[in-house]
Amino acid sequence: MSLLEFARGPAIHWSLIILVAGVIWRLLGVLVLTRGADLSRPRDAFGNFKGYRTVFSRSWPSGEFTTATRYQTIMAYFFHIATLIVVVGITPHIEFIQSLTGASWPALPNALGVAIGTIALVSLIALIMRRLSKPKVYCSNIGDYITWLLVATPLVTGLMAFAHIGPRYETMLAIHILSVAVLFVWFPFSKLMHSFWFIFSRAQSGLSYAHKGVRI
Amino acid sequence: MVEQSTLGDLLRSQGVSRRAFIKFCSATASLMALPEGLVPAIAEALEQAKRPSVIWLSFQECTGCTEALTRSHAPSLESLIFDFISLDYHHTLQAASGRAAEAARERAMEENQGSYLVLVDGSIPRVKAYSTIAGISNLDMLIETARGAAGLIAVGTCAAYGGLPAAAPNPTDAVAVSDLVHDKPIVNVPGCPPLPIAITGVIAHYLTLGVLPELDALGRPLAFFGETIHDRCYRRPFYDRGLFAETFDDEGARKGWCLYKLGCKGPVAYNACANVKWNQGVSFPVQSGHGCIGCSEPSFWDNGGIYESIARGQFGTGPKIATAALVGAAAGAGAALLARNKKEKKAAAHSATE
Repeated sequence: MSLLEFARGPAIHWSLIILVAGVIWRLLGVLVLTRGADLSRPRDAFGNFKGYRTVFSRSWPSGEFTTATRYQTIMAYFFHIATLIVVVGITPHIEFIQSLTGASWPALPNALGVAIGTIALVSLIALIMRRLSKPKVYCSNIGDYITWLLVATPLVTGLMAFAHIGPRYETMLAIHILSVAVLFVWFPFSKLMHSFWFIFSRAQSGLSYAHKGVRI
Repeated sequence: MVEQSTLGDLLRSQGVSRRAFIKFCSATASLMALPEGLVPAIAEALEQAKRPSVIWLSFQECTGCTEALTRSHAPSLESLIFDFISLDYHHTLQAASGRAAEAARERAMEENQGSYLVLVDGSIPRVKAYSTIAGISNLDMLIETARGAAGLIAVGTCAAYGGLPAAAPNPTDAVAVSDLVHDKPIVNVPGCPPLPIAITGVIAHYLTLGVLPELDALGRPLAFFGETIHDRCYRRPFYDRGLFAETFDDEGARKGWCLYKLGCKGPVAYNACANVKWNQGVSFPVQSGHGCIGCSEPSFWDNGGIYESIARGQFGTGPKIATAALVGAAAGAGAALLARNKKEKKAAAHSATE
């Protein structure tokens, strides 16, 4: 079995199984553990609506923090949007998703995919540089750095595979797929779960504050 | 048997002009990535080359490799080179049969001890009874013949990597030449079938320089297997622009767009089909509208479907992922219920102490 066969076969297979089981485990493990309903009369008749609104309103910093957080806000937006486009926008990824789900859509031209992938990587580097230069702001732990590394690796290896840099294409492709497999395994047990949690945590904060009549 | 005529004599007797011969030498040199300055040396060496003895062993194969070589755009200089070698043993091509055929092989081995070339097509079953010739198993014949050889050329994917006979479940326990012969130089010229020019190129290299050519990690001559089909494909611009044929009969297919989504293995297949092409340079599979099946790669037969693109995962996901989701749900719910139970117990204990 060649490295590529291993990557395309058992490696990505088992990582997907761990990803799915892990994400559902973590989601249910927290969501089933709900608090009982707040029986007090809500201070705001539209509390629920305002609570859910927080899911979106927390997507940018409050006015007073705009200047202080401008750098990471812009970089984080660049990173998230560029990564999302690369993940769902280039031909090999669409082929992979299609093999899993059957769904398919038109792909971006390769040049655009490479450009957006590069933007994702550069913005990710910009973010880690801020994290490294301001340790007191971030209070990073080892898991944060592992997460950064595991997110950066697929971007680097994907770009290298496309550009034919480093080992031969099939080896680089295998390394790229393996790096994604490792990311999938790490995903449910790391802060990458924020891609699911952000909806619930924002809604929960919004709801409880709105119930008390506090505007956030 | 080996006659002491030179290649030059043979070519002249066949009416090949000096100009055509030099053109062939230049083409061979450029194909083999040899420097231009070597062309006169190649011409001289080839002209003076004595007929080397070649023993061609056919094991678990379909004769496609021999067909490709003998039916290559004849009459050509490649076929003349092939005619030139003293092919002392070849089931398909030799007139002799039975005991006389085996005697020819034994005599060739004896007379050219240490200097003959062994060309092998077909894989070798380790379960000896599955394939025998004149009562000798393929395994024994290969080991015996390889012992006195100067080198071996594994022609075709079956000889080079096991090929189709070695595909799962490999009932004959078929293996490649390199799995059995370890003390001789071996050149793999894989393909199903391999390009005839790749076979004659290796022979010409051996005749002119006296050594076998530079090889890649899989034992293939870099000159022919140094680049992927994808990198040399005339449809590559469509790949780069994201224009793909989705079926074999859609607008993209008719416009000649990239066949990646239809399972083309070009990006991971190392071969020279895209630049050398087949049938006198007429075409190659991608040009005829079908994706590359990567026939020059080890275990290409088992690497997923011919019509499945490279990016697709090679596993049956549906039920296993669904099972994984259920397991995850059970674990999550279980963890939450345990936590809640613990919380309630603590609350009860707390209120009891109050």
